Amino acid sequence: MPDKPDRNAIEVVKVSKIFGSGEGQVAALDTVSVSIRENEFFTLLGPSGCGKTTLLRLIAGFDFPTAGEILLYGQDIAPLPPFKRPVNTVFQSYALFPHMTVAENIGFGLEMLGKPKAEIKARVDAMLKLVKMEALSARRTSQISGGQQQRVALARALAPQPKVLLLDEPLSALDYKLRKEMQIELKRLQHETGITFIFVTHDQEEALTMSDRIAVMSSGKILQVGSPRDIYDRPSERFVADFIGESNFLKAEVVGVSAGRATVKLSSGTEIPASLPEGLVPKGKVTIVVRPEHAQLSAASPSASLSGTVENIVYLGTDTHFHLRLADGEPFIVRRQNSRGTGDGIVQGGKVGIVIGGDAAQVLKD
Amino acid sequence: MATAEEVAKAAERRDIRDRWLLSAPALLVIFLAATGPLLIVLVYSFLTPGSYGDVKWQFSPEAWIAVFLERDIFDDTLSVAAAHVTIFLRSIKLSVVTTIATLVLGFPTAYFMATRSEKTRDLWLFLITIPFWTNLLIRTFAVLQIIRNEGIVNTILLKLGIISSPIQILYTDTAILIGMAYVYLPLMVLPIYASMEKLDFRLVEAGYDLYATRFKVLRKIIFPLVKPGVIAGSILVFIPALGAYVTPSVLGGGKNMMLSNLIELQFGQGRNWPLGSALSIAVMIIVMVALLAYVRNAGKSGVRHG
Repeated sequence: MPDKPDRNAIEVVKVSKIFGSGEGQVAALDTVSVSIRENEFFTLLGPSGCGKTTLLRLIAGFDFPTAGEILLYGQDIAPLPPFKRPVNTVFQSYALFPHMTVAENIGFGLEMLGKPKAEIKARVDAMLKLVKMEALSARRTSQISGGQQQRVALARALAPQPKVLLLDEPLSALDYKLRKEMQIELKRLQHETGITFIFVTHDQEEALTMSDRIAVMSSGKILQVGSPRDIYDRPSERFVADFIGESNFLKAEVVGVSAGRATVKLSSGTEIPASLPEGLVPKGKVTIVVRPEHAQLSAASPSASLSGTVENIVYLGTDTHFHLRLADGEPFIVRRQNSRGTGDGIVQGGKVGIVIGGDAAQVLKD
Repeated sequence: MATAEEVAKAAERRDIRDRWLLSAPALLVIFLAATGPLLIVLVYSFLTPGSYGDVKWQFSPEAWIAVFLERDIFDDTLSVAAAHVTIFLRSIKLSVVTTIATLVLGFPTAYFMATRSEKTRDLWLFLITIPFWTNLLIRTFAVLQIIRNEGIVNTILLKLGIISSPIQILYTDTAILIGMAYVYLPLMVLPIYASMEKLDFRLVEAGYDLYATRFKVLRKIIFPLVKPGVIAGSILVFIPALGAYVTPSVLGGGKNMMLSNLIELQFGQGRNWPLGSALSIAVMIIVMVALLAYVRNAGKSGVRHG
C-alpha cells in the first residue's frame, strides 16, 4: 500500500449502546472511542458478545447509539438512516435478494441511487469482472455456491463505491480452503478499490493476516488498537495476550523503570528486562507475558532466567512444543522451530533452563 | 426362474395396486361428496324444470339460455336478462373490492404481526383467529347492529352533531362490502403472515443499506418476497366472497342480491332447478377463469424462492 494519508474515515467518539431498559438492560458498547484511517483495512476482533457487531451496525445505521458521535469524514452520521449513509455492508449471511439475478443484486444499490441505466450496466460489468463472476451474471443467487454468493455480496456492496465498506464476519460460513482464498481476495479487493474496510471477526488468524490495524474488543470495550505485530508482540492486557496466540503468563515484581522499559524480578530471583504498554508506570507485583516462540531452551542453565521440568514434548512437524513445569508449579510452553537432525538431549522428565531474551517479555496492565 | 427385471416389474405392479387400494376409501369419499354432486348439478342444468321444483328428465338448453338472456313470454324473442347481468356484475365488483380492501387492511396487519417478538406473535395470531369461533350469521348480525340507522356509528355521529340524519348504510352495497371485508379479513391476513414470517428481515436491512428508502424496500424487496402469500390470500378471499350468501342476504336485505342469493332463489321460490344449476356452474367457470388469469399474471413477474 502506498503512503497512507493520516485522514480519518471514521471516528467513533465515546459511543455507548444500551439494549433493553430497567433491570434487563445490557450495555453492548461502553464509551468506545476509535479512529479508522482512510484506505485502511481495520479489523474489530473479539469473542462473540464483545460488541464488535454492535459497533459495525451503529456505523451502518441499523442501530442508533445511546450516546456518542460517529463521524464520517468529520460529519456526524449517527442520526442518519442507513440509506442516507455512503457506507455499505457485506452481511454474515450475505443477505442476497433471492428474487433477483446476480447482476440485479449487484446493480440494486446503484438503481436505488437513481443512476442512469447505461452507467449501472457498465458498473455491474466492472464489478462482475472484479470478483470474477462474469459467467454467472444471469443466475439466481440460489443457484450459485457459498463462495460465489460471498463474491456477489462483496460486489453488491462495492458497486455503489461506498466511502467505507463494512464486513460482518463474511468468511465464517466458508470452508477452510475457501476462507484462505477469500482472505487474499479481500486484501486484493481492498488494495484495488482503495476503499476503507472495517472487518469484524472472531478469528484471530484472519485478523492477523489481513489487517493493517486491529482493535481487540471485550465486553463492550476496546482493549487495544494496533498493527497485527503490535498486538501480537506487545499485548497490553491479559485478555489480548490470551485471545491472540498462545501465551505464558509469569508473576513478577517491578524493580526499576526507565525509558519506557522495566526491569522485573521473576519468581526464580532472576531479573530480566520487559517492555511496557504505552502510558503504564508499573509498581510492585505485575504479570508479564512471554510468547512460546520468544523463549529458548538451554540444557545447561547458567544464562537461563528460569528452570523447569519437561512434562511433555509435542512434535508438530514444523516445530516442537515443550510443555514445562516451573519450579513454582506454573506451566510454561516453549515452541521451537525444527531443523533436520535436531537431537539436543532434551527428554521428557529432564530438567532444562529457559532463556527469556531481551525483548521477549511484556508487562501487562492487569 | 424369473429374471431380475421381471421381479422388479412385479414388485412395481404390486406397489401400484397397494397404493390404489389404500387410497380407495379417500377417493370414494371425494367422489361421493364432491365430484358426484357436481356432476348431478351439471346434468340438472340441461334438464326441464318440474312444476313444483325438481326436474323433468327431458333435455333442454333453456336453463343455460336463461343465465344471460330473457325469453319474452309473448313473442318468444330473446333479450339480455338485465337482472342477471346486474347481479353478476355486482357480485364480481363486490368480490374484487372486498379482495382489495382486505389486502389493504391485511398486509400491514400481517407485517405488524411478523415483526413482533416470537412470543407476542402467537398472541396476535390467536387474536386474529378468534372471530372464527363465532357463527358467521351472528357475526353478520353484529355488523348489522353497528351500521344500521339506530346503530352505534350513526348514533355517535348524530350525538356529535356531525350528521343531522342517519346515514343509510344498511341494505346497500357498502353494507355488504363492510360485512364481507370483516368476515374475510383473517383469510387474507393468515397466508400473508405465513409468507411474511418466513421473510428474512436481514434482506430488508440489506435493502436499506443499499440506499433503498422505506417505500422502495416495501415495493422491491418485501412485496416480491411475500407475493405467494398475497396471491393465496386473494384467492382465499375472492372465491368465498363471490359465493357469499349469508352476508349479502342479511346486510343487503334481499334487495341487493349476489349470485348465491340468486341461485338460492331458483332452488326455492323460483322452482327452477335447472336454472339454479346452470347459474352455479356459470359461477364456477367465472372463478376458474379469474383464477387462471390472476395466477398467470402474478406469476409473470416471477416469484421464485431460493
